[in-house]
Amino acid sequence: MLGLEKKDTSLLIVVAILTMCAPFILNPFPTDSAMAQFNAGYPDLMQRFVIFGIFAIGFNILFGLTGYLSFGHAAFLGIGSYSAVWMFKLLGYNILPGIFLSVITSGLFALLIGYISLRRSGIYFSILTLAFAQMSFALAYSVLTPLTNGETGLQVYNSDPQYFHSDAMPNIPHLFGQEMQSTFKLSMGGWSFDFNTGYYICALIMLVMFYLAIRIFRSPFGLMLKAIKTNQTRLNYTGLNSRPYTLAAFVISGMYAGLAGGLMASMDPLAGAERMQWTASGEVVLMTILGGAGTLIGPVLGAGFIKYFENIFSKINDTVLHQWFAFLPDGIEDFLIAIVHPFVGKGWHLTLGLMFMAIVIFLPGGLVEGGQKIARKFRGGKAKDTTATTDSTPAE
Amino acid sequence: MDVIILQLLNGLDKGSAYALIALGLTLIFGTLGVVNFAHGALFMLGAFCAVTLQRILSLSFETIDPTKTDFLGNPAKIKTPYVESWFGPELGSSIIDWSVPLAILFAIPIMIGIGYIMERGLIKHFYKRPHADQILVTFGLAIVIQEVIKQFYGANPIPTPAPDMFKGSFDFGTLLGFDPNAVIYPYWRLVYFFFAALIIAAVFGFLQFTTFGMVVRAGMADRETVGLLGINIDRRFTIMFGIAAAVAGLAGVMYAPINSPNYHMGMDFLVLSFVVVVVGGMGSLPGAVLAGFLLGILESFSSMNQIKQILPGIDQIIIYLVAIIILLVRPRGLMGRKGVMED
Amino acid sequence: MAILEIKNVGKRFGGLQALSDVNLSVAENTVHAIIGPNGAGKSTLLNCLVGKLIPDTGSVTFQGQSLLGRKPYQINQMGVSRVFQTPEIFAELTVFENVMIPCFAARDGSFQLNALAAVRGQGDIKDTAEAILEDVKLLDKRHMTASSMSRGDKRRLEMAMCLVQEPKLLLLDEPTAGMARADTNNTIDLLKEIKEKRDITMAIIEHDMHVVFSMAERITVLAQGTPLVEDTPENIKGHPKVREAYLGEAQV
Repeated sequence: MLGLEKKDTSLLIVVAILTMCAPFILNPFPTDSAMAQFNAGYPDLMQRFVIFGIFAIGFNILFGLTGYLSFGHAAFLGIGSYSAVWMFKLLGYNILPGIFLSVITSGLFALLIGYISLRRSGIYFSILTLAFAQMSFALAYSVLTPLTNGETGLQVYNSDPQYFHSDAMPNIPHLFGQEMQSTFKLSMGGWSFDFNTGYYICALIMLVMFYLAIRIFRSPFGLMLKAIKTNQTRLNYTGLNSRPYTLAAFVISGMYAGLAGGLMASMDPLAGAERMQWTASGEVVLMTILGGAGTLIGPVLGAGFIKYFENIFSKINDTVLHQWFAFLPDGIEDFLIAIVHPFVGKGWHLTLGLMFMAIVIFLPGGLVEGGQKIARKFRGGKAKDTTATTDSTPAE
Repeated sequence: MDVIILQLLNGLDKGSAYALIALGLTLIFGTLGVVNFAHGALFMLGAFCAVTLQRILSLSFETIDPTKTDFLGNPAKIKTPYVESWFGPELGSSIIDWSVPLAILFAIPIMIGIGYIMERGLIKHFYKRPHADQILVTFGLAIVIQEVIKQFYGANPIPTPAPDMFKGSFDFGTLLGFDPNAVIYPYWRLVYFFFAALIIAAVFGFLQFTTFGMVVRAGMADRETVGLLGINIDRRFTIMFGIAAAVAGLAGVMYAPINSPNYHMGMDFLVLSFVVVVVGGMGSLPGAVLAGFLLGILESFSSMNQIKQILPGIDQIIIYLVAIIILLVRPRGLMGRKGVMED
Repeated sequence: MAILEIKNVGKRFGGLQALSDVNLSVAENTVHAIIGPNGAGKSTLLNCLVGKLIPDTGSVTFQGQSLLGRKPYQINQMGVSRVFQTPEIFAELTVFENVMIPCFAARDGSFQLNALAAVRGQGDIKDTAEAILEDVKLLDKRHMTASSMSRGDKRRLEMAMCLVQEPKLLLLDEPTAGMARADTNNTIDLLKEIKEKRDITMAIIEHDMHVVFSMAERITVLAQGTPLVEDTPENIKGHPKVREAYLGEAQV
C-alpha cells in the first residue's frame, strides 16, 4: 500500500491510529481522580507531541541515516516560526501561506548553512552547526530586531496590514475559517476528552511527514545516506559523491524543522529567539537518541516521551508527593519525599540528564532497541536460532 | 590609542578564561581523544568551589547583645563567624575577605578528584565509541552537573566578591601618559590575567620539562607506539584528565568575582570554548591559548561603540563569524596538526 | 595498447622523496603487478592513481584522459575500481545492500536524488546484484550484516562490489595481506576466474611473491620510489637487481 512494504505499512497504520485516538489514549484517568495529573490529553501538550515529532523525524533523516550530528537544528525551527508569523502579519491568519513560507525559508537557510558546514565532518561539523545556530540566535535576539522584534518576540499587532484578512475570518490562526484553538470537549462519565482542531491538523501533517520519512528510508537515496554513515571512504571509491547526498539530507531535515517551527507559530502566533538557542538544538538530539536514532519510529517515541515527562514530572511538587506517600509513617514519608524531590518538579532536567546518560551508556539504540530486547526475551528460547537473522536485518 | 589599549585589556580577562578552558579541552582531546562537552561544567564547578568556601568561612553563630535592640524592640542578635571567634576579629575577617584566593587551595584537590572520578567512572568506557557518543554522554553529564548545582545553590547568580585589596581599578592612563582615568582597569581582572598566564605557563612547563609530560606529549602524537613501549599510558592519561579538570576549575574559581557564578555559566562558556579550540586547531595546545586570547580581544574590540555604530550587533556574532571563516579557509585551524579528526 | 600511462610522476612528503620519476604503463587486458620492498612507494603510487594524492610532478592518464586533480568518485566513474588492503565495505549494511550501492553508482552516476523511489522496486539492480553474489559465492549470505562475516568473505564482498561496476581497470592493494595460505589460494583462484570471464585490466600491488608469480603477466619492481625494472615474471625471478633490492631489505 502507498508504495510501502507490508511491515512499514502496518507501522504507519499503527501510528495513524495512535495519533488519531490520542485524545482518548492520553486521558486514561477520570478528571477528578488523583491520577488525573498524569493525563496528557490537553490540546497544548498534544500539539507539542506531534510538532516535536515532526522536528525529530526530520533530524533523524540527517543524524540517524548519515551520522552527521548537527547541534544547530533549532535555528531552522526558529526561522520557520519567524517566517510563519511574518505571513500572519502580512497576509492574514490563514496558516497555509505561513507553513508554506516556513518550509521554503528554512530550506534555503539549510542550503546555505549546510553547504558551508558540510565541507567538514565529525566534530568540526557539529561545532560549525553549533556556531551557525548561536549566531542566528544572536542575530535574531539583537541585530535583526526589525525582522524579529528582538527580546519581545515577533507577534501580530492590530496595525499589521494582513492584506487578505476579512472580517468574516477569525482573528486568530485558522485554516479556511477553522480556528486552531477550537476544541470540542467530550464528557463521558468521569472522563473528559479534548478534540482540538490544531492538534488534528498537526497530526495529519505529521503522518504525511512520517510517511515521507519511510519512503526516504527505503529509497536508494536513503541507502546512500546509510552508506555514508558506515563507510564514507568506500562510498567515494564506489563512484558516489557524498557531498550532495549529505547536503540534500541536511536540507530535507532543515525543512522538517522549519515546518515544525511554522506549525508552532500556527498554534500560538508568537516567535521568539530563545527557540533557536542551542539548548533547543540539544533537545531534539535528546529526543532522537532517546527514541532510537536511525529507526523510523524512534524519534516520534522520543519526542513524545520527553514532552510527556517534561509536563508530568515538572508538575509533581511536594504537595503531590505528600499525597502519594501519605500512607507511610511520617519519618519514612519525609525521607522518601526528600529523596524524590530533586528529581521532580523543577528538577525534571536532572532526571532527563540522568536518563539520557543511561540511554547513551547502556542502550545506544534507544527505546526502540530496548523494546526489541524485551520482545526477544519474551519470545524466549525457541527464538534463539532466529536471533542471528534478526540481528542482521537492521531494526526499523 | 587609549581606547585601543583599553579594549585590548578588556579582552584579556575573557580571553584568559577562554584560553584556560580551551587548554583543558585540548589536553583531554589530545591525550584521550575524547570530546568533552562537560568541560564547561567543570569551570562552573570551580566557580562554585569559591562560593562554597566563602559560605563555609562565613558560617556564624548568633549571640544576643542586650545593649542594643532591633527595630521591634527585641534584643539585637549579632552574628559572629566562627572563623572570627577562633582567629580573632582581624585575622578572621581577612580570612573571609580572602576566601576566593583561598578557594584555589580548596578547589585543586576537589577538581582533581572530580576529574579522576569522571574519567575512571565514565569517560574511560567511551574511548572506543564514536565521537558522537562521547559528545552525547558528556552533554548528558553536563546537564546533570548543572542541575545538581541548581538544586543546591538555586538559579540566581551568587555574588562572590574579591578581597577588598583588589576592589579598585588600576589607572593605566597615567602610567602610559594618557589622561588620568582614560584607561582604567579593575585590579582583579589584572590578577586574573596574571593568574591565567601562570597556569598556562605551568601546564606548558610541566609538559615540556617532566618525564611525565614527555610521555604524555608522545602519547598525544602517537598513542599506540607509546603503548607498545610498555608505558602505562592510560594511567597517565587519567592524571592528565584530573589536571585538565583542575585547570578548568581554577579558571572558574578566579572568575567568580568577575561574573557572579550561576548554574548555566559553564554552558555559556563551553560553546565559545569549543569554537576557540576549533579555531586554534584541534589538538594543538599553543593554538588553544592563542585562539583564546585572540577571540577574547576580538570580541572586546567589536563591542567598541565606534565599531558598533557601523556594524550593529557585531560583538554578538564576531566569534562565530571568525570561527566559520577560519574553518573554511584553514580547515585545521590556526595551528592544527595534520590527521587529527580528519576522516 | 596501454590503458594506464604514468609519466615522470614524483611525490614528496616533507623531506622524504616518496616517488621520483616513475614511468609505467599498464597494457589493456593484462595483469600487471607492482612489487617492491616496504617503503618503496607502492601505496603512494596507488594513491596517486585513485585521486587520494596529487603527484607533484608528472602525469597520469587513463584511456587517454588525465586523472590528475580528479576526485576518487570521478575516477571511479571513469572505470577504475580499487580493492583495499583491509577490505573497505559498508560494515553495518547487509551483504546485498553492499552490492546494490555500486550498482546504483554504475546506473545513476555519482548523485541522484531518488528519495521517493523504493529500493526494492529496482528489478534491474536486484538482478545484477544477485548475479555477482552468485559469482563470488555469497548469495546465501546476502541478508547477513557485512561486519559479521569472516575476513575472507569480506574480501570477496569487496571484490564483488568492485566487479559489479564492470570496471576497465581494477586496482588491488595487497589483496591477500594477512591471509592464511588457503585463503590466499582461494583469492588467486577467484581473481583468475574473474579475469577469464571478463575483459578487465588488473594492477596488483603485492608483497607475496607466490601471488605475484601465479598471476602477473608483467611485473614492475619499485625500489626507493622509482621503478627498478619491468619485465615478464620469468625474467624478473632471476634478475640480479631484484635480488639485491629484496636481499637489501632482508639485511635490515
